[in-house]
Amino acid sequence: MIPEIGQFALILALGLALIQATIPLLGALWSREDLTAIARPAATGQFVFVMAAFIVLCHAFLNDDFSVLYVATNSNSALPTPYKIAAVWGAHEGSLLLWILILSAWTLAVTVGSRGLPHEFAARVLGVLGIVSVGMLLFTLLTSNPFERFFPAALEGNDLNPLLQDPGLVMHPPILYAGYVGLAVPFAFAVAALLTGKLSQDWARWTRPWTTASWMFLTVGIALGSWWAYYELGWGGWWFWDPVENASFMPWLAGTALIHSLAVTERRGIFKSWTLLLAIAAFSLSLLGTFLVRSGILVSVHAFASDPERGLFILLLLGAITGGSLTLYAFRARYLTVEGGFRLVSRESFLLMNNILLVVATAAVLFGTLYPLFLDALGMGKISVGPPYFNAVFLIPMLPLAVLVGMGMHTTWLRMSGEPLSKRLLFPAGIALTIGIIFPFILFGQASALTLVGVVTALWVIASSLLEPAKRLFQKNRSPMPLTRGQWGMYLAHMGVGVFILGATVTSSYTIETDSRAVPGDRWQVGEYELYFRDIRRIEGVNYEATEGEFEVWEGDQLVTILRPQKRVYRVQTSPMTEAAIDVGWGRDLFIALGDPLGDGAWSLRVQIKPLIRFIWLGALIMAFGGLLAIMDPRYRVKRTQEKDAISKQSLETA
Amino acid sequence: MMWRYLIPISVFLVLSAFFVKGLSLNPRYVPSPLLGKPAPEFELPRLKDPNLSLGSVDLEGQVSLLNVWATWCVGCRQEHGFLVELSQENNVPIYGLNWKDDRNTALDWLSTLGDPYIGSAFDELGEVAIDWGVYGAPETFLLASDGTVLYKHIAPLTRDIWTSEFLPRIISECGSIPCPIANN
Amino acid sequence: MPNSQQLINIRSGLGLSILILASAAWGIDPMPPFDDPSLESSYQELINEVRCLVCQNQTIADSNAPLASDLRREIHQMIGNGASRPEIVEFLVARYGDFVLYRPPFHSKTWLLWGAPIILLTLGFLVFARILKSRMGQPLSEDEIAL
Repeated sequence: MIPEIGQFALILALGLALIQATIPLLGALWSREDLTAIARPAATGQFVFVMAAFIVLCHAFLNDDFSVLYVATNSNSALPTPYKIAAVWGAHEGSLLLWILILSAWTLAVTVGSRGLPHEFAARVLGVLGIVSVGMLLFTLLTSNPFERFFPAALEGNDLNPLLQDPGLVMHPPILYAGYVGLAVPFAFAVAALLTGKLSQDWARWTRPWTTASWMFLTVGIALGSWWAYYELGWGGWWFWDPVENASFMPWLAGTALIHSLAVTERRGIFKSWTLLLAIAAFSLSLLGTFLVRSGILVSVHAFASDPERGLFILLLLGAITGGSLTLYAFRARYLTVEGGFRLVSRESFLLMNNILLVVATAAVLFGTLYPLFLDALGMGKISVGPPYFNAVFLIPMLPLAVLVGMGMHTTWLRMSGEPLSKRLLFPAGIALTIGIIFPFILFGQASALTLVGVVTALWVIASSLLEPAKRLFQKNRSPMPLTRGQWGMYLAHMGVGVFILGATVTSSYTIETDSRAVPGDRWQVGEYELYFRDIRRIEGVNYEATEGEFEVWEGDQLVTILRPQKRVYRVQTSPMTEAAIDVGWGRDLFIALGDPLGDGAWSLRVQIKPLIRFIWLGALIMAFGGLLAIMDPRYRVKRTQEKDAISKQSLETA
Repeated sequence: MMWRYLIPISVFLVLSAFFVKGLSLNPRYVPSPLLGKPAPEFELPRLKDPNLSLGSVDLEGQVSLLNVWATWCVGCRQEHGFLVELSQENNVPIYGLNWKDDRNTALDWLSTLGDPYIGSAFDELGEVAIDWGVYGAPETFLLASDGTVLYKHIAPLTRDIWTSEFLPRIISECGSIPCPIANN
Repeated sequence: MPNSQQLINIRSGLGLSILILASAAWGIDPMPPFDDPSLESSYQELINEVRCLVCQNQTIADSNAPLASDLRREIHQMIGNGASRPEIVEFLVARYGDFVLYRPPFHSKTWLLWGAPIILLTLGFLVFARILKSRMGQPLSEDEIAL
């Protein structure tokens, strides 16, 4: 009975979404305020019903209602409660419901946050969001209903895939979706602007915090996914350029470009068509990602098993939303361009190059991901495009961009004023080159050219980011105005990029990885550590049985730690699973994973020493935190006073 | 007329065309580079009598099938009934390549479920399977009398596949079915 | 009487959604390391670039599928017998096609793939130059700050 309530709630939500998607837009077109006013209540109602449906699904999981097909396929009565909740989004139908929930949550936020906007414009934004909701709700109700029942009900469930029984799964999809789906908001702002036929600097100021907020979630979501794969999948890698990983990374790249393009549009009113196109592209790439993951069109570790029928539906949705907005763009964007000059060395010029390089990177990743499909569709055979391609190709636009990032932060608008750029950058450049070239040799004994380039670039970005904050800190008597939150956010976020590059370079260059076989009692050397295989024993878990190995790790005559990797067999799904044991440290991770029993008490083992790997995710977190600070900049507050005008003016200088 | 604003929508339309086509393709299917080429040479002990051998030379001189199978392979179990049926129709000799299996289990399997094979080669280590580009049992190769690989089917063999893919190729190769047997 | 722990038999062929993830173990029987470190690094490099065909998207280095293990053994033997990287690549491609390589080969079908980043970058620079030229010709205006 209760699951049917959930389905009914979704139908009601669809009804409200249809209202939200049509009437306000008509109201804006005909300038009828009674119609545009429907947007907010419709959106709020939609949220209420979607939330109700979601709660019903959670309820079904928590109560082990195995008459619901989705619950029976993904849960089990022995599954620990937190994972029962996580199982709600563990497979296609439920994760789709999560997608819709998050979209309606963002929409609700927009209804609240858009009170200061002109009525017609706000109605258009909510109307566009309504169109997306309608599409996704139809998709769910028609092809992917999580409340489908089957009789006779199963007595027990199929259990959640053991790989997903992990805290990472509880957090990664919701945060990732918050980012992915959140890009619908700047998209809606962009389409609303195209529909209105006007795009002002105010528009840029309204759009920016929403963009930065979803970008923040996306950054953390991707980092979480990478971190989770690292410790959960057991092979010590953190990025594989898998099609689904790329599907989340491309919106991130486009979103990053969008944030920067918005900065120019806000400050100078130019780059309007860039900004519009990037806003459409970022969300379209999100939708494309949804398509790639759920249509079965590409082979991926993360793919939801799907049939082409679902794929076709999403493709139609993509066609309507992306095709529609790009058509609108094709006809209207040209009327929005505005004059506004700038010189070669200016913030605009650097941000233009930033846009271009990020677009090149996005296009390159997209091309590489889809190339196997292109060849296959043309009947030209099958190839694979994997990490060797992407790792090489990604550096081509990104390395120059990293160099430019360090420079661009210190440029001024219109043209270079004050101290010339080269003079400002002498100090950070010097630090980066000296430390960057010397330290790899000191710490690791050797360094390839590529490693040095990576380390120097990383330190360059970090040093350049810290320049202005350092001046405020160490030159109190002759320092210029204090930094605004927006500026702090910018410097911090860029520093995060540098930290990330440092972690990625050092880990890729200096990881020590060994596959070996050992029996209890064995001692052997890995890097600077000596390992002692102390014991191996059986362990009973809540819903699994495991073999646990115990390893002592020594550095010289100091016991560093004892690591206990496990090989688990979950009782229901019975596929073996590795739980790696990791000794975490800022300087390095020590990683041991148990492989398979080789007979005669021997086991295959993977031992890795990964220097600075934590910096990868730390860098991402710092980036996200920088974004948070930027959103909190007072110029986004709706009410304005003269004092705040002054602050705004200053923060726009380095916006 | 500012053509550059039409670029994004045009790119999108081209991509969409590929996506539509892509929905009808199977990204996990790996076509065989052996088609049209001579069958890889091999010689392995027979499953039933390790003292005797079965090799690519035995397959020559007639149009034949080589079926890659194993007792641990669920799809092989599914197609086995049809293979037995097919072997009784006596159109084309069926040879087996027993892939990475346990000899006793395999022999039990055949005696319980029926043996459609003229003989099965026992590929314990899987090295011959690698030469044949095998990646997912069951796989069935159609071979010409001179040893050329005419066709490869991956997944359980069914009557439908046999009729639509194998029969036409056999008939075009031999002119009729069953093929006239060449004198050794 | 069916016992109370009866499991559902769900057939994936019915288009039901089952989140597929790679099995999280790897490497049954790792190959013994070569004495010569350059051979060992060639081996490691190769097995990290060869695709496991039965897996969802993994290298044979990271997969525990029997086929992956067989291929690792095969490659290990070939390196031990002095085969060069191009020879091993040719061996694999002759049997499995280009699909088995994660590093796409350079030939007529893939020149566009490998060329794309450079082409895109060049296009990017051209676009930049054009826009910059046009903007440099436009007047600067100090009071364009809208508040």
